Amino acid sequence: MTRSWTSPDGRARLSVDDGGDVCTLIAHGDWLVSTIGVFDRPLSEIAARFSVDKICIDVRELGRIDTAGAYILSRFALKPCGQNGPELSLIGAHDVAQRLMAEVRTRMLNCPPDDTPSRGGIVATFARIGRGFESATREGVDTLAFLGRAILTFLRVVVNPTRLRWNAIVHQMEVVGVDALPIVSILSFFIGAVVAYMGAKLLTTFGASVFTVELVGLSVLREFGVLITAIMLAGRSDSAFAAALGSMKMQQEIDAMKVIGLDPFEVLVLPRIIACVLMAPLLAFAAMLAGIFGGMMVAWTTLDIAPSFFITRMETAIPWNHFWVGMSKAPVFGLLVAIIGCRQGMKVGGDVESLGACTTAAVVQAIFAVIVVDALFAMVYLELGV
Amino acid sequence: MSERAIIEVRGLHTQFGSHVVHDNLDLEVRRGEILGIVGGSGTGKSVLLNTILGLKSPDGGEVFYDGRAYSKLSAEDLTALQQNWGVLFQGSALFSALTVRENVQVPLREHVSLPLSLMDEIADLKIGLAGLAPEASTKFPSELSGGMKKRAGLARALALDPDILFLDEPTSGLDPIGAGEFDTLIYDLSRTLGLTVVMITHDLDSLHTICDRVAVLAEKRVIANAPVDEVAAMDHPWIQTYFGGPRGRAALRETR
Repeated sequence: MTRSWTSPDGRARLSVDDGGDVCTLIAHGDWLVSTIGVFDRPLSEIAARFSVDKICIDVRELGRIDTAGAYILSRFALKPCGQNGPELSLIGAHDVAQRLMAEVRTRMLNCPPDDTPSRGGIVATFARIGRGFESATREGVDTLAFLGRAILTFLRVVVNPTRLRWNAIVHQMEVVGVDALPIVSILSFFIGAVVAYMGAKLLTTFGASVFTVELVGLSVLREFGVLITAIMLAGRSDSAFAAALGSMKMQQEIDAMKVIGLDPFEVLVLPRIIACVLMAPLLAFAAMLAGIFGGMMVAWTTLDIAPSFFITRMETAIPWNHFWVGMSKAPVFGLLVAIIGCRQGMKVGGDVESLGACTTAAVVQAIFAVIVVDALFAMVYLELGV
Repeated sequence: MSERAIIEVRGLHTQFGSHVVHDNLDLEVRRGEILGIVGGSGTGKSVLLNTILGLKSPDGGEVFYDGRAYSKLSAEDLTALQQNWGVLFQGSALFSALTVRENVQVPLREHVSLPLSLMDEIADLKIGLAGLAPEASTKFPSELSGGMKKRAGLARALALDPDILFLDEPTSGLDPIGAGEFDTLIYDLSRTLGLTVVMITHDLDSLHTICDRVAVLAEKRVIANAPVDEVAAMDHPWIQTYFGGPRGRAALRETR
């Protein structure tokens, strides 16, 4: 009985003559990697049904052949991998096919399967939660360790101030602070305007629209000015820190520094931290001004509260401590952002994958940390009554 | 146009700004040969390779593959042509998010339809052809040594059984023993699989042991394209410094 299979493009054909106790595989046409897919199943069935010495291959009709074709045609003789069976019995001669089959016999490997992580199941779910919790804890501890090391480096530099890298600090201050000024101001302007709109809508119903001034002043000074600054720092500078330090790590620049005798903490990390801590309050101040200006414009256009009245009202109604509450948070947020960004950058391993992962982690962790710490500040200041 | 040429570069002109890299450069690659391209740093070897690969379009002149000019090919035709090529880049250019086996399977998945199990088997075969140990197949590129990366890159280049293999400094960064083994591997593969090989190399040992012909890039063109012994005997200052220096003489001694 003869059966046959043809590749979809018609270039290769396999005929099998398995009448009797001997099986003949007749290969026609071009047995190439692009044509052999369809022969996989019939050939494995035959390999299962006949013992190796009962199969012979007819190559008289064979055209071109490549290693994939040679592999699939002689696969029955390769099992089990590593131990080759008896010699193949060929009908006809085909130089390339014989050479490639011999090559396949010597070179085929029995590679271990890829580890596929087991999915599903309640145990796996809990394991995943546990792993997540563990890694979150470790991240927190490592970040604190990094902070400690940065503080130690800072103290060492303070004792010996000539080691401070002024050039690097000023450069980072420009990148972190001055370059971020437009975007932080514009964002804060819009936030102030939105707060004023919401206040105007709500407060007018009580006939208390003049309290819009207090609402804008309080929210922008205490929270929004500094929060917008911190979030923009996290988005702008943290990703830049992590990517810059990470690619330096990948290019072995950090190793080179260590070997030359430079402390990467002193040269790379400390200037960034100092720049962030110094620039965050200045940016926050600019953000506060812009936010109040935004609220003032909205109050002027929708509520007819003139800017001069707005400012007088602010002076009398809003005590200075709200401003200081906002400003006191700025350097802390700056420190948090710089520490997290630099740590993620120094954590990058040898491959591109980890660079992307660490840059993402830097931004996410920084924004997370800023909001959590802001909530802590709110509780503390509430208890203190400021 | 000669019968045996698989790749022909005619009158190639390459220029970056006012800096001329290639001026009226001709090169011919014959079917089934191993051609080594040598030249000093900055003579445009990698640019020439990129032009042959169609990654860069020439500023002047023409490249022919099997008698067909690139400039006359549509984008689809060029993609179809590129399936006949295997390329090993200098840094291996393995995809870092994939294991070695998955790297080898990328061209297979993209260009042919095969049952998954067969694809695994073919990938294992290529990994074996490239001389890697079975354990390497499940590793990620970042876990491999330099030599293993080169072999994994070679396995991926061989995935679709190409007619022609391009190698950019295949033995750079390998120790002499590893480099020698890699040379032997390339020679064996080119003979058993009937491959044409174009390799950029600085390795004088490779030139002497496995290259059928050597093309020398200098003065913005190919100044010689001949078997290594003939090239080494040529009276050109750069060639004499290159082959006549202590390293060149040592490599020559070993092969005699």
